[in-house]
Amino acid sequence: MLILPCPCCGLEAAEIELAPGGEAHLKRFGPGSSDAEFEGYLFNRHAAKGPVLERWRHAYGCGKWFLAARDSVTMEVYGTYAARLPQPPEEIIARIRARHPDWQVPA
Amino acid sequence: MSTRLAGGGRFLDRTRKIRFTFDGESMSAHPGDTLASALLANDRLLVGRSFKYHRPRGVVASGAEEPNALVGLGTGPRFEPNQRATTTELFDGLTAESQNRWPSLEQDVGAVNAALSRVLPAGFYYKTFLWPRAFWKHLYEPVIRRAAGLGKAPHPESRDADTYEHFHVHVDVLVIGGGVAGLQAAKVAAESGAQVLLIEQSAHWGGRAPVDGGTIDGVSTEEWVEKTLGALDALPNLRRIARCMGAAVQDHGYVLGYERLTDHAPGSIGPRHRLWRIRARQIVTATGAIERPLSFAGNDVPGVMLASAMRDYVVNYGVTPGQRVVLVTNNDDGYRTALVLAEAGVEVVRVLDARQMGGGALMVQVREKGIRVDPGRAIARVSGGKRVRTVHSCLADGTGNVLEDIPCDAVAMSGGWSPVVHLWSHCGGKLRWDEAGAFFRPDPARPPTGADGQAMVVPAGSANGELTLRNLLQDAVKAGKSAALKVGCEVGDIRVPLGQEVAESALMPLWIVPARATPDLRMKAFLDYQNDVKVSDLQLAAREGYESVEHAKRYTTLGMATDQGKLSNINGLAVLSDALGEPIPQVGTTTFRPPYTPISFGAITGEARGALFQPLRRTPMDAWHDANGAQWEPVGHWRRPYCYRRPGETTEMAVNREILATRRSLGLLDASTLGKIVVKGPDAGRFLDMLYTNMMSTLPLGKCRYGLMCNENGFLIDDGVVARLSEDSWLCHTTTGGAERIHAHMEDWLQCEWFDWRVYTANITEQYAQVAVVGPEARRLLEKLGGMDLSREVLPFMTFAEGTLGGFPARVYRISFSGELSYEVAVPANLGRAFWGKLLELGAEWDVTPYGTEALHVMRAEKGFIMIGDETDGTVIPQDLNLGWAISKKKEDFLGKRAQERVHMADPNRWKLVGLQTPDGGVLPTGALALAPGKNANGQRNTQGRVTSSYFSPTLGRGIAMALVLDGPQRIGEELTFTTDDYDAADEAKTTLTATIVSPVFYDAEGARNDV
Amino acid sequence: MSESYPEPVSPLMGASSEGALTVREAGPTGMIALRGDLSDPAFTGPVAALAGCPLPTVWQARGGDGRTLLWMAPDELLLLLPYAEARQAAPRLQAELDGRAVHALVQDVSDMRVRLLLTGPQMREALARLTPVDMSPAMLAPGSLRRTRIAQTAAAIRVISEEEAEVLCFRSVADYAFRLLGGAARNAPDFGYF
Repeated sequence: MLILPCPCCGLEAAEIELAPGGEAHLKRFGPGSSDAEFEGYLFNRHAAKGPVLERWRHAYGCGKWFLAARDSVTMEVYGTYAARLPQPPEEIIARIRARHPDWQVPA
Repeated sequence: MSTRLAGGGRFLDRTRKIRFTFDGESMSAHPGDTLASALLANDRLLVGRSFKYHRPRGVVASGAEEPNALVGLGTGPRFEPNQRATTTELFDGLTAESQNRWPSLEQDVGAVNAALSRVLPAGFYYKTFLWPRAFWKHLYEPVIRRAAGLGKAPHPESRDADTYEHFHVHVDVLVIGGGVAGLQAAKVAAESGAQVLLIEQSAHWGGRAPVDGGTIDGVSTEEWVEKTLGALDALPNLRRIARCMGAAVQDHGYVLGYERLTDHAPGSIGPRHRLWRIRARQIVTATGAIERPLSFAGNDVPGVMLASAMRDYVVNYGVTPGQRVVLVTNNDDGYRTALVLAEAGVEVVRVLDARQMGGGALMVQVREKGIRVDPGRAIARVSGGKRVRTVHSCLADGTGNVLEDIPCDAVAMSGGWSPVVHLWSHCGGKLRWDEAGAFFRPDPARPPTGADGQAMVVPAGSANGELTLRNLLQDAVKAGKSAALKVGCEVGDIRVPLGQEVAESALMPLWIVPARATPDLRMKAFLDYQNDVKVSDLQLAAREGYESVEHAKRYTTLGMATDQGKLSNINGLAVLSDALGEPIPQVGTTTFRPPYTPISFGAITGEARGALFQPLRRTPMDAWHDANGAQWEPVGHWRRPYCYRRPGETTEMAVNREILATRRSLGLLDASTLGKIVVKGPDAGRFLDMLYTNMMSTLPLGKCRYGLMCNENGFLIDDGVVARLSEDSWLCHTTTGGAERIHAHMEDWLQCEWFDWRVYTANITEQYAQVAVVGPEARRLLEKLGGMDLSREVLPFMTFAEGTLGGFPARVYRISFSGELSYEVAVPANLGRAFWGKLLELGAEWDVTPYGTEALHVMRAEKGFIMIGDETDGTVIPQDLNLGWAISKKKEDFLGKRAQERVHMADPNRWKLVGLQTPDGGVLPTGALALAPGKNANGQRNTQGRVTSSYFSPTLGRGIAMALVLDGPQRIGEELTFTTDDYDAADEAKTTLTATIVSPVFYDAEGARNDV
Repeated sequence: MSESYPEPVSPLMGASSEGALTVREAGPTGMIALRGDLSDPAFTGPVAALAGCPLPTVWQARGGDGRTLLWMAPDELLLLLPYAEARQAAPRLQAELDGRAVHALVQDVSDMRVRLLLTGPQMREALARLTPVDMSPAMLAPGSLRRTRIAQTAAAIRVISEEEAEVLCFRSVADYAFRLLGGAARNAPDFGYF
């Protein structure tokens, strides 16, 4: 059972206090987008074995959404960060690369 | 004969006697006994029957690893099957019964004789019951079900009489295991300043050490344990809990501890079990080691026992399982049992040491007692049915030619020790093979890691493969230090207590006894006692191509019983690896899964039973409903009245009465469960335009609008009425049970996508009690309450007003979900019950009738109004429901708009909403499918629609239904064929119904009733 | 404004469960939900004025004199005050903030929650049976607040003193929460851990 530090309120939140929200950093495609773009937005997910960037909501706590960089194999938490950031902060990327030197922020 | 000894038994209170019964026979024992030691003291060697062959079985171990001595404990609401006699502390009046036998333990007709067991090899079920397929349902499955299962389930009508609880704690260091290593590691961590929790599965501290001997810092291990406990209890930052097993180690330092509080003292106040939900920053597993049996023919005859267990019974319980004992061993530790037995005055008739040169100093000590030791010898087989009669000895490396018959009544076997690596392994800790000890031990290079990517578990002592006192104490200090350092404590110089014991010479691995045993012997050498898996079964699996240990496990059922292979695992692997011709570490182990030993359902459930099984949400009027005949319907976690039954009424009669009374005069519905979410801010209008398919920003002040919400897939997820409260605030109603979901949905988009929009939301669902006042007399009732002008001119349809109504602060919405003149009135929840009462009181002159959810459903269906969850199922778009009018054509974007442009969504040939009418007025089954010609690729009948809602309409006096039908609205008047619940493609004439497509609006299509 | 409304009836009508640990429903309490920018004096000023105390820090409660401000989220506070005052105070504050063009949401939520008071020496142990929160005094000193769950429902837990805590739950689950806490208080009442 995971513990994720909520970057919004500072608490160490237990998994039973959190609601998962799937992959982070999806770019929304609305009306006018191509079928391929929309398909990518709606359905295509990385589901990586290793570092993943995810959306979580501190549902039973402060109610805020945040993003987490986590390893889907080892469960290591590289860090959590604000939902509005377009990609993980540098220090989190550095922590991921310390384990996976070739890791790139997923496109 | 198995008896109580004149002396010994350090756990016993010999001054007192207690009584218990086994299979109805009353026996006597002492406080401090386990059920196993008490049975042995009463010469009950035979305690159970095995799972597959129903072979007679006796106690083989003295702890959690026991595979045989499983019993049903207690009676009535406290009956529990499959309890291990070895870990059951005895109390006065305990009742136990043996399992897996009929009619009795002694005379079991299910027992499979040796000849028949040849036709029950590994994979028997898979091979025998494969074909013909049709035999499965009526022949194979019932037979297997009758034969399968261990123990009997408690009576389905009985309810557990005890209480259980959870307990959440957060600690720096959790030490699992209260033996010498655990005590020492806990002491080091706590003295370094860490908050420490120390748990021990048994009632006793010190583990095996007091039985196995040796000294620590010059005093006996028993004395050292006492002293150390004293030191621990003086530390305010350490807690120790006995009878608390480490059951599971999970991600991020989450550990389950299973504490048994009253099993040994029934009738005590308080919970029976407590499930500790522990968050530990560091976990020390000091879980000890388990002795391995030896795999010789007849190693399951009652009276054959682990050597360590035998000396436990002598030292701890003053019980000997036999008077003439043969010891068979491949290592020096086994000799300790011979010494203990000799000390207690029990005759050790022979030691068979598989090693050509025998053992070291301990062997010398045994010989000095005058006990004969035969090196290079082992057991060919043990004879005896329900108890050991004779050991037939042979050369250890031979085929099993009998050299000598040794009469005896018990056999102690010692195959070496395996560290308990379960908890290390639960969360990903890897193992390495230790050649010298012939066991798997934790690989320090590959530990289970926590949230920080660092090791979160550190093994200590014999659980880490350090089996000598000296080494295990050093290891425990190291583990305690490591844990303390990792939680940020400063660790000073720590003196390692000096452990001393007799030096041992090397063990000789011996996986099959004798090494080249004939097939006949291998067929009687048991690896997994509980599941009756033999050496020959593993070898057969290997021959048949089961190379993966995980496959071989499932094929043979090795290690799949309730003991999860604690005794059989390593022996089984070794046999498999030998048969595959691969080294043991290459074959690897099966996965260790929690819990370590079975834990009670009660402990898992905790408080969540009966009234607390799950939250039950009640409206402010709940008590009135309950007192007035409400038949409850769960809607989400809410309970809502389905209808109110009056004396003598059936449910159907009540529903029909409620509908007719409402349409004729006046009905009341408790609508408090509808979700209510306030959305406010400069960007609120823009936000709602994105959320709803229609335009909400243009809604005038004081007006209401029905809105639809879709997800990005385009599918309808919720609907409800939105009211414009002020220039920059709206109140959105959601479906019952939808409030939390929709509020989360709103916050998701606000926080993650449009985070620069200035909008605040608040879910205020429970702030209000809301009552729908419905029917031709609705306005008269509200006017009688007085205080607000609710006339047609002042409050037309789809508007709202705030004011004081009959003395209540109220917001009155003129909206209708029934087609009748209707108002929904919201008052503060704390006044809800009083307001409801006032409506009933003043409405009496119009025969005011409270109605439930079923009347609500029927009335909305009569009007063709959709219901989320009935007409929608997560694959329906608004266009399918003819709700195109509620989809803005002007908006550039809203959630779901792009998806609704996808080819399949824009396809004109979709299943769309229609009404259905049966020729005889009958009611179609909900979910019925409309048949279409031909079959699909899978040979199934094609379909062209399905019934989404179907009711008897008392208003119309006939059945009405709504359905989604291919091109439905273009096919009005067409007749379709629908399946019934017992539809049979071979007999469609009898199992289908016909219905005609009609408009879904069955009642008052012109809307005259609401236009008043 | 002096309209007289019917007597408010709280969900459990002031029920209490006595024992080593007492669980008591506090009865009707005024509550105002406040959403706004907690770093903007234009919002916090009027809020503090109404509360009669400075704003609480993160996951703290603050107050006195019949009013308490709870920190509920980075942009949300909950003000507890006498029941009779909330109905007028909320719209008045909203109007004041609206008048100054301060983006904020002020909502009277007095009827939405149940307030349960736990009093007794093993208050922390009782709560630790139900919540994953670390109930140790070091982590949750008096004055601290947590939003979390008790068993299967959302709850806010406020530690008032070493022997008193307050649990706020939604009104609809008042009966569930009361039974939960009562059960936790009765089961092994002498078990001390913290």
